[in-house]
Amino acid sequence: MVRGACTLTAERADTDRVLDALPGLWQGFSATLIRDCRLRFRRRSELANPLIFFALVVTLFPLGLAPDSTLLSGIAPGLLWVAALLAVLLSLDGLFRDDFDDGTLEQLLLAPQPAGVLVLAKIVAHWLTTGLPLALASPLLGIMLSLPGHSMGILMSTLLLGSATLSLVGAIGAALTVGLRRGGVLLSLLILPLYTPVLIFGAGTVRLAVEGAPLAPWLALMGAMLALSLLAAPWAAAAALKLSLDG
Amino acid sequence: MWPIIHKLGSPKWFYTMSGRWLPFLWGIGALLITVGSLWGLAFAPPDYQQGDSFRIIYVHVPAAIVAQSCFAMMALCSLIFLVWRIKLADMAAGAAAPLGAAMTFGALFSGAIWGVPTWGTWWVWDARLTSMLLLLFIYLGIMALRGAFASRDGGARAAAILTLVGVINLPIIKYSVVWWNTLHQGATFSITEKPAMPMSMWLPLLIMVLGFYLLFAAVTVARTRNEIIRRQPSARWVRALAKGGRHGL
Repeated sequence: MVRGACTLTAERADTDRVLDALPGLWQGFSATLIRDCRLRFRRRSELANPLIFFALVVTLFPLGLAPDSTLLSGIAPGLLWVAALLAVLLSLDGLFRDDFDDGTLEQLLLAPQPAGVLVLAKIVAHWLTTGLPLALASPLLGIMLSLPGHSMGILMSTLLLGSATLSLVGAIGAALTVGLRRGGVLLSLLILPLYTPVLIFGAGTVRLAVEGAPLAPWLALMGAMLALSLLAAPWAAAAALKLSLDG
Repeated sequence: MWPIIHKLGSPKWFYTMSGRWLPFLWGIGALLITVGSLWGLAFAPPDYQQGDSFRIIYVHVPAAIVAQSCFAMMALCSLIFLVWRIKLADMAAGAAAPLGAAMTFGALFSGAIWGVPTWGTWWVWDARLTSMLLLLFIYLGIMALRGAFASRDGGARAAAILTLVGVINLPIIKYSVVWWNTLHQGATFSITEKPAMPMSMWLPLLIMVLGFYLLFAAVTVARTRNEIIRRQPSARWVRALAKGGRHGL
């Protein structure tokens, strides 16, 4: 009995040593995150593209409608949200594309860490370089659309919460279409219907903030959507990536 | 348990058995739809507010119900396909998708026609209309994704993943749109509650709903059978079928 237990402990110690030598969950996550961020910052021009697109789309509306500040401040919440959503959508195609083309993605899925965690790291890197700058830049464009000053904070916080959800849900679509040669239009067809709840609550919260209504339940719902997509989207995206690599 | 599932999942067994069910599905479905339409259009009393224009309910409500049930059925099939790799489930999901899209379109179209006499407009951005429109887009997305893959298995798995993501998202879309804006009346049709309309209006509606379900089932089964033959044209039993009718089945 005692000898058996000893062998078992020794075996477990061996396994522990092997496992210790391998990079752990957190190491895998942070290495992927740092690598992706570094890659994105090395291509500065691409980094700025979603922001420029966001600013341009917002600029088009006063030109297309009328430069009337009451009209613009009325539609500003929805307009800023739609423009930010489209900017995220356009950047999604690049989420897995380069890694798919040069084979990094296969290595990523072969790694000992669960694929969902590594995919989550890539999504976080995408959000840090797309959603976060969009949210930070939004008050500037809000001022240009004469959005009342007291709603700027809410505009930023809904965009922070919402764009993270957009990145997560969008990653599923990007993963499904990464193996296709002309996936761009298909990606928007797949993802835009799934984006509607985020848009409704995001723009709705800002509109309520302009009117001065209580916002806590709306922000809580946006947080709930983020929590749900955080839970499910990385795994769905990882499954989709596996099939994109097979097919 | 497992032998039954494998037997159910075998295309040959399904083809043989469904060949026996199919005439009944077609027959009873056609009968119910004929009886329901005649009863609803000719014999049910006109509505005291809407007059005869309410009769469009006999197409509108069944189409909308089947459109939503179809998505639930596709989600179940997708789950079975992804977990147990039963190809038949994928064939059924693929066969049902265009039908679901058609039913959704039918519900939207009949609703638009109904909107003119009752609401005075073809379209309003109301919760139910918008969520049905989004359901139509999701159906179209699933069909487009399946078609976009070069390999059939890739397309099947991609469509299954998207269907499951869609089924998680559909309630969220529905409720978000409901809170966003509502003009449409509440649900007209419920089995468990006492109907708000008189029996003479409600019974034909029940018959039409059942008829639409049977018609949907019949077309899905027929399309699944076609897909079975299309996928394994060189299987021995398929060749036997092509050569000598039903011998050997």
